[in-house]
Amino acid sequence: MMKSTQQLEQQLKRHSKAAKLEIWGKVVSFSALILIVAVVVGIIGFVASKGLATFFTNHVSLWDFLSGKSWNPGVTDANGKPEVGALPMIMGSFLITVLSAIVATPFAIGTAVFMNEISPNKGAKILQPVTELLVGIPSVVYGFIGLSVVVPATRAIFGGSGFGILSGTCVLFVMILPTVTSMSVDALRAVPRYYREASLALGATQWQTIYKVVLRAATPGLMTAVVFGMARAFGEALAVQMVIGNAALMPGSLVDPSSTLTSVLTTGIGNTVMGSLQNNALWSLALVLLLMSLVFNLIVRLIGRKGRLQ
Amino acid sequence: MSKKRWWQGLGLLVIVGLGLFAYQTREVSHAGESITAVGSTALQPLVEAAGEEYTSDHLGTFINVQGGGTGTGLSQIQEGAVQIGNSDLFAGEQKSIRADELVDHRVAVVGITPIVNKKVGVNNLTTAQLIQVFTGKVTNWKQVGGANVPIVLINRAQGSGTRATFEQFGLAGHQSKTSQEQDSSGMVRQIVATTPGAISYVAFSYVNNTVHDVALNKVAPTEANVKTNDWKIWSYEHLYTKGQPTGLTKDFIRYVQSPAIQKTLVRQLGYLSPDQMKVERNVNGQIKQLGGAK
Repeated sequence: MMKSTQQLEQQLKRHSKAAKLEIWGKVVSFSALILIVAVVVGIIGFVASKGLATFFTNHVSLWDFLSGKSWNPGVTDANGKPEVGALPMIMGSFLITVLSAIVATPFAIGTAVFMNEISPNKGAKILQPVTELLVGIPSVVYGFIGLSVVVPATRAIFGGSGFGILSGTCVLFVMILPTVTSMSVDALRAVPRYYREASLALGATQWQTIYKVVLRAATPGLMTAVVFGMARAFGEALAVQMVIGNAALMPGSLVDPSSTLTSVLTTGIGNTVMGSLQNNALWSLALVLLLMSLVFNLIVRLIGRKGRLQ
Repeated sequence: MSKKRWWQGLGLLVIVGLGLFAYQTREVSHAGESITAVGSTALQPLVEAAGEEYTSDHLGTFINVQGGGTGTGLSQIQEGAVQIGNSDLFAGEQKSIRADELVDHRVAVVGITPIVNKKVGVNNLTTAQLIQVFTGKVTNWKQVGGANVPIVLINRAQGSGTRATFEQFGLAGHQSKTSQEQDSSGMVRQIVATTPGAISYVAFSYVNNTVHDVALNKVAPTEANVKTNDWKIWSYEHLYTKGQPTGLTKDFIRYVQSPAIQKTLVRQLGYLSPDQMKVERNVNGQIKQLGGAK
């Protein structure tokens, strides 16, 4: 009798198979989380330690770095300070990002409206696969098309060498279009059906409904889409590098060769020696890039929070 | 039950022990050994081709060749992360490299020539003119006897071995004006071929009929002129090791320097062999005539 109650107790206290599985599952997903967090923290820490070395080890002033117009890390200027002015690249990156977002947004929203409001059937059949296909094209292909089609076209129309922010914008606009489009579609889809029904019931035409109700209601989502597109444009390296000309000069006009943070990074990193000022200066550029993408993420979050309040 | 476990444990121990024994007493040859060479993209094709030939002759060895640039090659070899660092430059020319720790093995000589777009209409420049062109003092080709086309400068990336050599020996130490930069010779050639008024510089092996090479002070960019140093824009290609090489690294470097490779592969790929040179240049750019042409 005594023995059997003990056995029963043991049986009840033992973890069941399902409970063991649950613990196992928790451990696996938690360790995956830890790993991802560790990787992110590690990357940020590494880039920061390398990037900040320019200022702490090589004693370059932050202001000189952000406002200097001459990028020539191997050379020292008249005052014996290395020429590490990153302003041309920062300007180039922002210009090309903003311009391509400005060009891409109307196309993306127009496509999204067509796919979602005007002709959902055709949209789903034709435009959806087309935008998905655009996402899948590797950036080197975009860059190559840019180099052999866009650059000569720019040269023929505007003169100069054809390399520059204009060519970069043309290539980037196509690259970010699918991102912005598919996120805009999601934003429009999230607008409740009864908004449209109420508007139509009040006697509004379809266009009035789209313009005054759907797009207004979807504004936070659409802005998120645009910011995501900008983040992608800001970080794109290869395609831009092939068409922008990589001249570390302040962009005088849209058809002058100029450079972006990413293009200088990719051309320069292999030719510098780890730990040297030239190398550290490139890491500082990488740090600027990283901080900017954090800012883009913050903007997206802010927009999302504001949109929820309405 | 527990007895069975015990036997299993013993079996495992025996297996591990045998494995360790096998590892300790393995045939100490180069079989299954691999080395990594990293660096200069200009030298990469030669090391890759030589590596393939070497591994097909010596089964079980593996020569892993990667690009990354001269700077990467030198910093990786300095840290001891790889066995061979490929470089277009003397290690002493890079400020942050402790050159005394590295051992230089010269495996090839590469000549570099200015190239221009075909419609520029210039076949010869003086050194002074070349400097004027690259420092931006001259902005139209008609000022140096060519067609009426604005000059478009295309540089290699800062720190590139080709650029360093060109600025040192082609521009007599002058810095080029900030302009377009490209990170590979193939890209440079394509852009010069398609852009009116473009000028840049590439290794001899990259010159083809899509671009024009330019003579300097009436000296044509030919291998014969490089050998005698009449054409001054050339550099050695170096394989650097940290300390004296040993084992497979040593055998491979000897193989690359052997006549078998120097007389065939090196020349086929558009490099010159250091044995062909009638002069020798040291890290400071001083030239020494070598007695007796080989």
